[in-house]
This record gives sequence, structure tokens and C-alpha cells, in this order.
Amino acid sequence: MTSLVSLRGIQKTYDGKQLVVKNLDLEVSEGEFLTLLGPSGSGKTTVLMMLAGFETPTTGEIVIAGQHMTRLPPQKRGIGMVFQNYALFPNMSVAENLAFPLEVRKLPTVELRDRVEKSLAMVRLTPFADRRPSQLSGGQQQRVALARALIFEPRLVLMDEPLGALDKNLREQMQYEIKQIHARLGVTVVYVTHDQSEALTMSDRVAVFNDGIIQQICPPKELYERPGNSFVAGFIGENNRLSGVVRKIIDDECLVEIAPGVTVKARKVGVHATAEPTTLSIRPERVKISPQAGEVDTVIAGEVESVLYHGDHIRAHLRGLGPAPFVVKLPNTNGAAATLVAGASVSIGWASRDCLALDLMEA
Amino acid sequence: MSAPLSAEQMAGASPTAMPADIEKAARRVERRQAFSAALLVLPLIVLIAFAFLIPVGLLLFKSIDNPVVAEGLPETLTALQSWSPADGLPSDAAYTGLKRDIEKAKAEGTLGVIGARLNQDTPGARSLLQATGRRLDATTDADPHQAFIAIDKRWGEPEIFGAIRNAGDRYTLNYYLNALDLTRNTAGDIIAKPEGQRLHINLFIRTVWVSALTAFVCFLLAYPIAYLLAHLPARRANLLMIVVLLPFWTSILVRITSWIALLQKQGVVNDALASLGVIGEAGRLALIYNMTGTIIVGTHILLPFFVLPLYSVMKTVNPNLVRAATSLGASPFTAFRRVYFPLTVPGIFAGSSLVFILCTGYFITPALVGGQNGQLISNIIAYHMQQSLNWGLAAALSTLLLVMIGIVYFLYTRLVRDQR
Repeated sequence: MTSLVSLRGIQKTYDGKQLVVKNLDLEVSEGEFLTLLGPSGSGKTTVLMMLAGFETPTTGEIVIAGQHMTRLPPQKRGIGMVFQNYALFPNMSVAENLAFPLEVRKLPTVELRDRVEKSLAMVRLTPFADRRPSQLSGGQQQRVALARALIFEPRLVLMDEPLGALDKNLREQMQYEIKQIHARLGVTVVYVTHDQSEALTMSDRVAVFNDGIIQQICPPKELYERPGNSFVAGFIGENNRLSGVVRKIIDDECLVEIAPGVTVKARKVGVHATAEPTTLSIRPERVKISPQAGEVDTVIAGEVESVLYHGDHIRAHLRGLGPAPFVVKLPNTNGAAATLVAGASVSIGWASRDCLALDLMEA
Repeated sequence: MSAPLSAEQMAGASPTAMPADIEKAARRVERRQAFSAALLVLPLIVLIAFAFLIPVGLLLFKSIDNPVVAEGLPETLTALQSWSPADGLPSDAAYTGLKRDIEKAKAEGTLGVIGARLNQDTPGARSLLQATGRRLDATTDADPHQAFIAIDKRWGEPEIFGAIRNAGDRYTLNYYLNALDLTRNTAGDIIAKPEGQRLHINLFIRTVWVSALTAFVCFLLAYPIAYLLAHLPARRANLLMIVVLLPFWTSILVRITSWIALLQKQGVVNDALASLGVIGEAGRLALIYNMTGTIIVGTHILLPFFVLPLYSVMKTVNPNLVRAATSLGASPFTAFRRVYFPLTVPGIFAGSSLVFILCTGYFITPALVGGQNGQLISNIIAYHMQQSLNWGLAAALSTLLLVMIGIVYFLYTRLVRDQR
């Protein structure tokens, strides 16, 4: 796939002292759905604003489709953008909102009407053409904003937390709809969110931002299965953390001592030498309760502190493994919870490929 | 253990079968809330009623109330009922009635008041009535007709009787006619006033013109200020807001006096321009004691009333809207014209109607800096309230001003609504 967007050596500071974005290099392929994910203040929105042209990078350059855009004003970039809270023009009807980008491009009236109609049909809002945005529901407004950003057929569309204001059910429905439109039109999307499940379900690739730096950029599956460092492991999904010291390295595995005399085998991700301190990360759903002999590589004893019933699954907090409670997640199948009673001693275990030895988590 | 609900229980839970006492209780709660809400605004309502509605109502009533002649010269008016100036002089009965009325008024000491009222329509009527009152004793009862003409030959002309009859209605529209530069001839028909006495219509037009111009100048000045206020970071915006509100902290008289010092012929502005050679000594600008002065000073005093509502509207415009417009391909100017400006129109409407209405009612400013051609309708109203004591005319002018503002406001609302 050819690269559509290149960000090269981008740095951004607002006050001349603190860098909001630190030395960013990023390529976005034609037709890709890339999500910028991160906590607030991580620099992801600033990157989007620089792409849109509302902010100028302090250093570095932006190239889109072979054209240098670093200092080009937004109206000359031809990028579609969907804003947080939609930013529909309240003084115009739905149809007028959709016609706006075509009007400023001086499209002939006949073609303009035709495109507006098609666009309305695409987001199933034809009967609402003459309504004002304030007369629509949140989901409908969102669809208008989406249609408006796409109607002038930009090659790149930016979305800034577009689903943040919707409730859960509607959000899932809109996620599906955005994916559908993306697949149908083949447009390139750069999507900003702080919702990790949104990032995982929608994206081709996810870039995890923290502290102005991309911590990891890869497809969603890899992000969850193989987090590159302890920030990503902690930010994407749940994990149990155990701190220890590397004792031995064997190929891509290592032995880590988590308590005097207790050593576990782990996959080597963020460690390089013996005697190095490390954080082990284990996903709660990968832990087995009372494993059969030979089923897992590591077996450890713990005491059940509490059991929480979640309907489709059961969560148990165990004591005796590090300072924080150790979380175990079990699917709610027949008899799964039988052994899990508060106060009971249980043995738990996991495969060594599910236990990652990452860099030391800073406090 | 929960048993399935019976059919009756289900029906009881549905809102259609709401028991009557619950409905009543709900209405009782509602009534109590409405009552406590009313209590909160009660002091204001009382204040408005006693300090505003009742006095204004009474004053407006004065514009049609006309008791002086009707009560002062009843017998004359009865005799004049079927008379018309075209018939020539009225019958002897009218003279007899007038004689008795004047004697009675003299005894009661009201002759001066009646004369003053007639004088409003017919200059000279007061002295005529006074003189007649003094000399009436000397004449005999024999022929009142001849006796009156002997006192003053004006009693031998029908005009004075027409004037008495025109002023004799208990309730009259004559004040309104006067306020609209109309009058009645002796026959009682409505005619235009003579050219030189037409004063009010022009003043109304000038008032609207000056107010509209002031509102427009305020708009030109206020829009950028309000925009800056709404878009600056909070700390600097607060500082600018204090500067905007600064004029409110100074007495209006001090401000007007400062403007006089600045704008007069030998004032700061003219001196500066003259010393820079922009204007010659002979060509010093007349910036004050005329309409220009009224507009300059009025704009300064009323500017905050435009800035504040406009600012509060601009504060509510989502800054992402302009960004969205530019990201969709609009130039900054198009984004402003198509998106930002239309959204601030309610603020412009609020500000301009506030300034316009306050300006139509202003009279201190024009009185001090307006000179001859900067006087507005309020100055004439004040004159009739304080100097000529023709409260009926003042009330009629005030009512017309109120109606005029109402019409302008109505048209303006329609305009703004159509435009949106």
C-alpha cells in the first residue's frame, strides 16, 4: 500500500518549554483506518489538529499525497473532518449543512443537489433534509457530520472523538456504520479516541500515545496480545502485574524471580540482560484455576479474597501474589465458580507465552 | 419469592387507572409550587405596579382627559351644542350662559385655569377671559350679547366660540392632534397646522433617525470589541471587560462635561487638528451643540449596552463551527459571513434594540450637547412637563413615542425572524 500521509520529525510546543508532541514520525497508508489512542494530554489531538491545519508544527513537516502541507491553511488542504460534538451549523438545515462544502467549491447547482441527495441517502436521513440540526437526535447529528465531511470526496478524513457524546448502544451502532462507510468508500481515516475498545474494534492499526510519544503502533490484535511495554499493557485491557528480577535468558524466554525462591518462565519482550528488574504482565482471562498437570507451565498457590458475579463471566480477586489483588476472569460455564469461595485456597496457573516480561513500570 | 402479578395488580399500575385522589394530590403540590414561585416575584410586581404601571397609566390618561373647560363653562357649552360657526354668532342664550359661567368661575377663582386651558389652543384667550371677567360687573343684564362685544370685539366673532367648543369635550383627542401637528378649525374639522407651527412630526423623525444612527455606530464599535472579549484568554478578557464597563462608574454629567471640553470649538480635538494644520482656524469643526454631538456622546454612553448582550451571545458560539467551516473549504471570510455572523445576529438584535430604545428616551444628553438641531422628542416632552405645564400634550407625545417604539420593535422582530 502506498503512503498517503507522512509526518516527519514533528515536534510541537505551545509555550516554548514543554513539548506536547516529541519527535513524531508517522506514515498512514492509502485506505487505512488508523486510530490515535491515548489518555487526555497525550498529544493525540494535537497531532490531529496539525494534520487538519489548525495548529502548525514547531519543527518537522507534513506531506499529504506528495504535497507539502506544513504551512497550508485548513481550507486549502481538502481534508474532511468530523468534530467532537459534531459542529453542525445550527443556522442551516441538514441539506444546507451538506451543501456547504460544495457551495464554497462553486459546484453547479444541479450536481450539488444530486450529491446532497445521494449523501442523505447514504446516511439514511433523506426525510430529515429540511430539519435543523437541533431537531435531530445525537446519532442523527453524528451521521450528518459524517456525511458532511465525506461529501466533497476527500482522500483523508479526520475524526476527533466523534462518538464521545453518544450513549453506549448508539456508540456501538455508529462504530459499525463508520466502518461500513470506510469499507465502501475506501477513504483514509485518522481517528482519535481515548476509548480502547473503540480503537480495537474499528482500526486497521492503532497508535498508542503517551507523553507526546507513540508507545506502540501496530494492528489491534498485536497490541493486545503483544504489548511492547508496560504502559501499553496497562492501557489496553486489564492485566495483572508482578514485579521481579530476571535470572536467566533462554532465546526469547526468560526466568524471572518474583519472590525469594519463586521463579516463573515468561516471554521476553522488554528485558535485555540478567539481573534486570522487570514487570510481568498476565491477562486475567488467560489464568487457569486448579490447572491439570501439564496443562500450564507455571502453577502458583493463592487465596480467594472475593468473588464478583458479572453474568457472562466471573471475576475473582486473589491474595498472596504481590501487593495488589490478582484478578482472574472465568467464563460463566457450568460449575466454573464452584471452587471459588472467599477464603478458599486455590492453585492457579498460566502458559509461559501468556506471561510477558516487560520494562519496569515507573511509579 | 415473587408470584406473577394478577390482572388487577397490572391494571392498578397503569396510568390510565390513576385514582382520583392521587391526581388531586398532584395538583395540590403543583399549586403549592406555583404559589411559592409567585411569592418570590411578588415584591417586584408590587414595585412595578406602584412605581411604574399606575403612574404611567395615569399620565397616559392625561392625554385624553380634558375637564377644565367642560366643568368651567357648562352653560356656555350647552347653549353651543347645536351651533355651528357657519351660522354666524351664537344665540343670546350662549352669551347669557357665558356670563353666568364667568361669574361663577370668578367666585370660585377658577377663571385663570380656564383661561390658561383655552390659551393652549387660542393664544390671547387667557387675557380676553380675564379682562371680560373684570369688566362684566359694570354692564347690565339687559343685553349680554352687546355687553360682551362692548368689552372686546373678539366676542363678536364666531372663532372664539368655536375654540371654546373645541376645548369643551370632557375627553378629547385634541392633544393627539396637536402632537401630530394637526388642529381643528372653528368648525371642528381636523386640519394641518400652519407651516411654521409643525414641529412634532419632524422631531419624531429626527428621534428615530438619531437613535438608529447611534445604534448603528454602536454596532460598528461594539462588534470587534465583543469579538475580542469573547476570544481572548480569560484574564485579559476580564481586564478589557473592566475597560468596557468603566464609563458606568462615572456620573453621566461628568462624562458629558468631558465631551464638551473635548469637542467644543476651542476644545481639545479642534485644537489638535488646527495645530496639526488639518483644519484652518476658520474651519474649526462644529462637533457639539448639534446632532453630531448628540450622536457622539450618545454612542459613548450607550456602547456598553451593545457590547454586553453581543458578548454573551458570542460566548455561546462553538469555536469548532468556524473551524469546521474552514476544514470544509471555506475561506476565513466566508466562514465568518456564512457561519459566525448569522449566529451572532440575536446579539446584534438585542444590542441594537436596547440602544435604540434607550436613545429614543434620552433627554439629558441632547439637552446638554444637542444645541438647536440635536434636540429630540424627549426634550419637548420634558419642556411641556416642566415649563409650559401642558401635561395633556406631554402625555400624548409620550404615548405616541411608546406606540412608535412598539411598531419599530415589531417590524424589527419580524425582520430578524425572516432573516434567520
